[in-house]
Amino acid sequence: MSEENEQAQEGIVKKFMYVNTKAPYGTIYALEALEVVLIAAAFDQDVSLAFVDDGVYQLKKGQKTDGIGVKNFSPTYSALGDYDIKKIYIEKESLEERGLELSDLQDLKYEDEDDDYAEKSSIHVVDHKELSQIIDQQDVILSF
Amino acid sequence: MAILHTVNKSPFERNALTTCLRLAEKGSTILFIEDGVIAATKGSKFSEVVTSALDDFKFCFLNPDAEARGLESDEMIDGVDSIDYAGFVDLVVDHDAVKAWL
Amino acid sequence: MKLGIVVNEGPYQHQASDSAYQFTKIALEKGHEIFRVFFYHDGVNNGTRLSAPPQDDRNIVEMWSALAKEYDLDLVLCVAAAQRRGMLDEGEAKRAGKDADNIAPGFRISGLGQLIEAGIQSDRLVSFGD
Repeated sequence: MSEENEQAQEGIVKKFMYVNTKAPYGTIYALEALEVVLIAAAFDQDVSLAFVDDGVYQLKKGQKTDGIGVKNFSPTYSALGDYDIKKIYIEKESLEERGLELSDLQDLKYEDEDDDYAEKSSIHVVDHKELSQIIDQQDVILSF
Repeated sequence: MAILHTVNKSPFERNALTTCLRLAEKGSTILFIEDGVIAATKGSKFSEVVTSALDDFKFCFLNPDAEARGLESDEMIDGVDSIDYAGFVDLVVDHDAVKAWL
Repeated sequence: MKLGIVVNEGPYQHQASDSAYQFTKIALEKGHEIFRVFFYHDGVNNGTRLSAPPQDDRNIVEMWSALAKEYDLDLVLCVAAAQRRGMLDEGEAKRAGKDADNIAPGFRISGLGQLIEAGIQSDRLVSFGD
């Protein structure tokens, strides 16, 4: 039996949050965090992602990486919706501190199967108070 | 629910403490480990960041990390509790989850 | 309690592995169960068989191997992170067409699912990183 099936069989569902605080490319954390999130999707847990501090840059539109000779992995974020990951929190203060607006970031979407597969945005811009409460509710928090 | 927040970097190196303080719910515990113990020292540019938050959070520092850095108990902010590794384990057990601010 | 440990950095470069080791050791001495120690990012470098540090200081890899042996710990190196960083067991080395493998005793290579499983099955997941 695969381990995913074992977990599903046991029925344990925990709130998992993946918190991203670093910009992409300067370190590997952004890429390897995304790899965890995609694998984790198979385990049917209650997943949220948070982008805080420089982590908001991971979703910045228009990443062109030819000049640094590194693979541009930012298109992969748009697949999160297909993996049923639709709770993506972006901290408002982190955007503002960096002079960024939501329109500077990719709009990540998912199809809501409870609403005739209507396409909806997975992204929620939240202020620090709201994000603090969300973090406080989590069972397992992985930080990258 | 109460979360144990760990901060392992000096506030002079990284803004992890600032972010932690912004995103930790009041009433949670913040534990300084590794270079993070520097945040718990008296008389530094960042001391007030911690002292002004003593009513909102329970602060601790990992004493083995402070000692390793030549920091004695009288150099650490009053109101920040000194714990050892056994105390660290107990903190993990006594909280609902752990968030590492890296 | 059942604890899961995550180590995100390699030996010596950062204190993460040392901190994780000290925490894990004390937790075991206090009677807690360590469900798994999962090594991710540069943390996979803690599993190298080829580390030869100076004799007058700790040997981090051997410390983990010894702790694993004493307490029958499950030390897992993430396969994707390991492949990137040249940490290969016999099977991975063959698959990648490499002429050597280099995993220390007590460590095994496996997928990221093992990290998620640790999160699900442990009562607490504690991470050590940069």
